[in-house]
Amino acid sequence: MQVDEATVRRIARLARIKVTDQEARALEKELSGILDWVKQLDEVDTGSVEPMTRVVAMTLRKRADVVTDGDMADQIIKNAPASEGTFFVVPKVVE
Amino acid sequence: MTELIKLTLAEAREGLRQKRFSATELARAFLDAIEAGNKALNAYVLATPEIALRQAAEADARFARGEPRPLEGLPLGIKDLYCTKGVRTTACSSILDAFTPTYESTVTQNLWDAGAVMLGKLNNDEFAMGSSNETSCFGPVVSPWRRTGSNVALVPGGSSGGSSSAVAADLCLGATATDTGGSIRQPAAITGTVGIKPTYGRCSRWGIVAFASSLDQAGPIAKTVRDAAILLRHMASTDPKDSTSVDAPVPDYEAALGAGVKGLRVGVPKEYRVDGMPREIEDLWQQGIDWLRSAGATIHDISLPHTKYALPAYYIVAPAECSSNLARYDGVRYGMRKPGKDLIDTYEATRAAGFGAEVRRRVLIGTYVLSAGYYDAYYLKAQKVRTLIKRDFDEAFGKVDVVLTPTTPGPAFGIGEVGGDPVQMYLNDIFTVTVNMAGLPGISVPAGLSSEGTPLGLQLIGKPFDEATLFRAAQAIENAAGRFTVAERWWDARLAPAKTAPARKPASKPKSGGKKK
Repeated sequence: MQVDEATVRRIARLARIKVTDQEARALEKELSGILDWVKQLDEVDTGSVEPMTRVVAMTLRKRADVVTDGDMADQIIKNAPASEGTFFVVPKVVE
Repeated sequence: MTELIKLTLAEAREGLRQKRFSATELARAFLDAIEAGNKALNAYVLATPEIALRQAAEADARFARGEPRPLEGLPLGIKDLYCTKGVRTTACSSILDAFTPTYESTVTQNLWDAGAVMLGKLNNDEFAMGSSNETSCFGPVVSPWRRTGSNVALVPGGSSGGSSSAVAADLCLGATATDTGGSIRQPAAITGTVGIKPTYGRCSRWGIVAFASSLDQAGPIAKTVRDAAILLRHMASTDPKDSTSVDAPVPDYEAALGAGVKGLRVGVPKEYRVDGMPREIEDLWQQGIDWLRSAGATIHDISLPHTKYALPAYYIVAPAECSSNLARYDGVRYGMRKPGKDLIDTYEATRAAGFGAEVRRRVLIGTYVLSAGYYDAYYLKAQKVRTLIKRDFDEAFGKVDVVLTPTTPGPAFGIGEVGGDPVQMYLNDIFTVTVNMAGLPGISVPAGLSSEGTPLGLQLIGKPFDEATLFRAAQAIENAAGRFTVAERWWDARLAPAKTAPARKPASKPKSGGKKK
């Protein structure tokens, strides 16, 4: 068991997902199972291996540093669950 | 009009050009088929008849003017992971609610620019996370295939299960799909359809709901190899909006089909002969080897020693990237919101209610492996293992042109049959996931039927951006194997629904009468 209930709660907090007590217990088992299974990677000697970053060697394309679009606030807030004018509305953050 | 829906995409293209039927008639035939069949299959989560008929009318006008585009009037289904302007796009997750994009994905825009017609949005596993299409917030998709003598509902594979089911059931001529660990090839294999995941970078990812950005690729699911070649040509492009899309011209894949496989070097990797592999999968593989050899290819034993580490490495890389990509679903900018007592509580409540169990599990795994102190042990380690997997293929491709493997470890299973242990479900991707990890192209082509009377596929893996050779080799397998179609259209409400006759065809080869090319 690598993952205990406290760890489940800690990562659920980091991931901003609320978990019930029952869910936390089930996740403890499921996550430990998955992490135990991926542990087999320890068998692989990766000492002098570079991590893979791309499939084929290519240089990232660059473009001129100019504004190419914008002025679409109405489109950006179109799907917001709560908005006022062209602002998103969220619960009060600062008292 | 059931004759029209049974056409392949290439045949429908020919029929439209010869004016044997109109684009409007073709679109209506599919819309009627969806109306009559979708209740039983749940392949579409949204039908878009107004758009289909409008695009079909435009197509007919272009035919009348003598100005048809390459895919003019051909009706397609679109996986609900592709953003479609003004049409609800959900990734089959409750958290996106009724999200309606104000923009169009590059791949779908390419298809509409080529004249294709949109029938609707297709079901998939939530955020494309699954191998059976059972994690969708719209409920599971049912395969049109059934086991011999049984009417148990089978899965169409996942995550592109709506795409594979709709293509196999003639509810579209072809469909878009996406593949992060096998989500095009595995559903294609177990529904008797053709699916190709092109090289990473061949299709733009812009406007496709992101799951794991270093693995995700778009591709088609189609009825034949030719149809898949036609579709991929018009999906692929170089896109300034996706910096990982490759700056290289898209070849005419269809033109490569006739070239044959004489002299083609086919590699057979010993590491894919896994413990407990069912006899019928081994036999199918051997059959594929024999077919290619008799078509003029040469067969070579190869070794891909890091194969067994691909799946565990995938289950670090994919959840890590998903936890990052899915951080955007916070109940503020789009989708659903579940109000809490403060902002953090609102985030937590929204994400708990909006994500399904498998998505929550992967976000949590991803958060864990990326959390302070674990990055090197998990994510970095997995990315190094990826280098080794890629290196195995690089070495193999010094000796061979394509690699032949089975697509899946077995045929379709029943809905609800693989539950409980998530790792058991993950094992479905054991033969497909290596391809994503190395970024290579892979195609699944129907090759036979299991002892249960359901389809099985073979996978061909190619060099980067050598999709043309994959299509050529896949065509050789299709020529030898023929096509596999469902004998009885049990899902079609228009066909005598009075007695619920279970599919009870003798096991012997219900190979379609479809002509070989």
